[in-house]
Amino acid sequence: MSSEIATYRHAAAAFHRKVEDALADRRLQDALASTTARLTGSRSAAFAAVPHPERLRDTARAIRARTIARLDHYLARFADEAANAGCHVHWAETAADATGIVTRIAIDCGIRSAVKSKSMVSEEIGLNPALEAAGVRVVETDLGEYVVQIADDRPSHIITPIVHWRRDDVARLFTRTLGACKEEVADVPAMTAFARRRLRAEFLQAGMGISGVNFAVAETGTICLVTNEGNGRLTTTAPRVHVALLGLERIVPSVADLESCLQVLARSATGQALSVYTTLLTGPRRRPGDSRGAESDGPDELHVVIIDNGRTRLLGSDLAEILYCIRCGACLNVCPVYRRIGGHAYGSVYPGPMGSIVTPGLMGLVGSAELAQASSLCGACRDACPVRIDLPGLLLTARHQAAQSRLGPRWVRVGVRVYAWLATRPRLFRLAGRASRRLAVLVARDGWIRRLPGPLRAWTEARDFPAPAAVSFLDAYRRRTRSPGRTSS
Amino acid sequence: MTGRPTRVQLLVTCLVDQFSPRVAEAAVAILEREGLDVHVPLAQTCCGQPAFNGGFTDEARAMARHTIDVFSANPAPIVVPSGSCADMIVNHYPELFGGNDPYAERAWAMAARTFELCQFLTDVLGVRATGGATTDTLAYHPSCHGLRGLALRDQPRRLLEGVLGARVVELADDEACCGFGGLFSVKMPGLSGDMLRAKLDAIADSGAGTVVATDVSCLIHISGGLRRRHSHVRARHIAEVLVERSIE
Repeated sequence: MSSEIATYRHAAAAFHRKVEDALADRRLQDALASTTARLTGSRSAAFAAVPHPERLRDTARAIRARTIARLDHYLARFADEAANAGCHVHWAETAADATGIVTRIAIDCGIRSAVKSKSMVSEEIGLNPALEAAGVRVVETDLGEYVVQIADDRPSHIITPIVHWRRDDVARLFTRTLGACKEEVADVPAMTAFARRRLRAEFLQAGMGISGVNFAVAETGTICLVTNEGNGRLTTTAPRVHVALLGLERIVPSVADLESCLQVLARSATGQALSVYTTLLTGPRRRPGDSRGAESDGPDELHVVIIDNGRTRLLGSDLAEILYCIRCGACLNVCPVYRRIGGHAYGSVYPGPMGSIVTPGLMGLVGSAELAQASSLCGACRDACPVRIDLPGLLLTARHQAAQSRLGPRWVRVGVRVYAWLATRPRLFRLAGRASRRLAVLVARDGWIRRLPGPLRAWTEARDFPAPAAVSFLDAYRRRTRSPGRTSS
Repeated sequence: MTGRPTRVQLLVTCLVDQFSPRVAEAAVAILEREGLDVHVPLAQTCCGQPAFNGGFTDEARAMARHTIDVFSANPAPIVVPSGSCADMIVNHYPELFGGNDPYAERAWAMAARTFELCQFLTDVLGVRATGGATTDTLAYHPSCHGLRGLALRDQPRRLLEGVLGARVVELADDEACCGFGGLFSVKMPGLSGDMLRAKLDAIADSGAGTVVATDVSCLIHISGGLRRRHSHVRARHIAEVLVERSIE
C-alpha cells in the first residue's frame, strides 16, 4: 500500500467518524436546522424581491468568469493601482509565506497587539498562532469569531462562524470565561452589548488591524469589505497599521462590476439587500500635502497581502470554476449534508459543497478526497449559487480525480469495472441479472431483504431492500415478442 | 422534432428492468393508449450513470457508447421512465465525448431526442389525463435530477391531477433530497439514512396513502424505509399510478 493510499484511508476514516459524531449530536442538529433554514428562507425572499433575480446571477457569473479567465492581467492591474494609492503590496505563494509577511510587518512596526475582523483566509493560513508565536496578541472582533477565540473553538461556517452554538452556550461561555453577570447575558442584544464594551478597548489600544477582502477592484486598487457589526470599519481605520489579506481570486475588474457582485453577495449570504457596512478603502490615510487632499482618519500604513496558497494550481485544473466563488455560504445552507454534519466534520476552514472542492484544490486531493463523496449530487447547491458554479459537476470531477488515483474503496472500483464490462455485453448482462435475481429471491422474505451481505450491508442499516422481480421486463418482453417455441436468447 | 411522433423507443432503465417491470409495462400501456408504436430495443442494459456518479468516467463512457449504439438504429424519440437516467443522457452524455470522438455528435443527437416519461407526455404530446383513476391520496416527491437537471417540476403534478378521483397533497420541504444518491446510500449510510428519515416524516405528516415519484431509484430507497418503519404508505412510480384504475 502506497503512503498516499494510507494517508487517504486515514483521512477518510476520520471524516466518516466525524460525520457519525455530528449525526449523533442532537444540539448540533437543532442549531444547524434552525440557522440554515432561516438563512435559506431569507435568501429566497431577498431574491424574490428584485425584478430580475436570474439576470443578477447571470451578470455576476459573467464578471467572475471574465475575471478568472484573465486573472493575471487583473491582478497585476490591481497591484499597480493599489501601490499608486499608497498601499504596500506583498505577494505570498504559500500560507507560511503569508504568515511570515504579516509577522514581519508586525515586528517592523513594533506591534504588540492586533485586532482582526472576520477573515476566512486568515483562518486558512493559520495567522493567529503565527502572530502569537511572534509575541503579538490578536483579538477577534467579529462577534462569532470572538466567541470562537475565547472558547478555543473553530468556525464551522464561512458566514456565521458559530452556527453550531446556541445562545445559551454563548451565555455560559461569557459568564464562565469573561465573568459576565446575569443581566449581561440575558438575551442576544445584551450579550452583543457586553462583547462590544470589551472589544472597544481592544480597538483603541491595537497597533494593527487585520482584515480579509471581499472584493478587490482592479481599476482603482480599492479593497471592499462587507460586514454587519461595524467591527470591520474600526479594524481598518482605528489602528495605525492595516493589513488586508486577499485571496488572489477575489478580484473584480471595475467599480461597476463590484456593484453587480455586491448585489448578489449579501442577498445570498444573509438575505440582506446590502450588508450593514460596505467599506471601500483606497490606500492609507492621505497625508497633508497630498494633491487629492488630506484625510483625517484611516491607518498610516495599508498592507495588502495577495495570497496564492494553491489557487494558481487550481486555476490550471479541471476545478478552476470554483475560483468564481464569492464565499457567500449559500451552498452550505441549502446542502442536506452540511445541514446535518455542520462545518467541523469537513476538517477544513471551507466546508459544504464549495469546501469539498476548495479543500482538495488548495490542500491536495489525497487528504480530502472523501469530502466529494459526501453528496447525493442533489444539485441544491448549484441552484443556490449566485454565480452559478456547477458544484455537482465539480464534485463529479473531484470524484473522477479520486478514482483515477485509486483513492476509494476497492470493492467499488472492482464492482464498477465488472458492472461496466457486463453492461457492454447484453447477453451476459441478462444472464448476470437472472443469476442475481435468483440469488436474491432465495434470501428474501415477503419480497424484502432485511440484511444485505458485504459492503451492501450499509444499505440495510437504515432500510429494507426489495427483492428484484422474478422475471425482468426485458426477459418477459422478449418472450412475448419473439416467435413461440423459441426460448430467450 | 416536427409534428406529433407516431413511434417511440422505450429506454427501460436497469433498475426498472430488474426491480419493477410493472413500471415499464405501465409506461408501454400509457404510450400505446396515446396511439404510439412503442419499440423496446432488447440489447439495452444500463445508461452508465452509476459509474459516472462514482467518478469512473471510462466505464461510464463505455456504457454510454453501448446505449448510443442500441438506440441510434431507430430515429424515434427515446422515452425514459426515470428523471435521473434521462438527465444522464440529456446533460452528461454530451460531456463524456470530446469534439474529436466519433460518438460526440451521436451523443448530442441522442440527448436531443431523449425525454423523461412525464416530460414527453406533457411537453411533447400535450397529454392532460392518462385515464388513470384512484380513490387514494397522493403525494409527489420530486426526484433531484429530474427536478434540477430537466426542470421537471409541474409536469408530473399536472398528470397526477388528471388522475380521476385522486387527491394530491404536498410534502413539506418537498424539494429536499430523499438521500438515495446511488453509491452515496452505501458509502455514507448514516447521512443517507438521516435524509431518508426526514423525507419519511414528511410523507407521514402529509396524510398521503401513496408517495409518487418519477424514479425507481428513489422509490427503492423510500419504500425500504417505509417498510422498515412498518408504514402502510405505499411508494409507487408515477407510471403505475397514471395507468391504473384502482377505485377501491
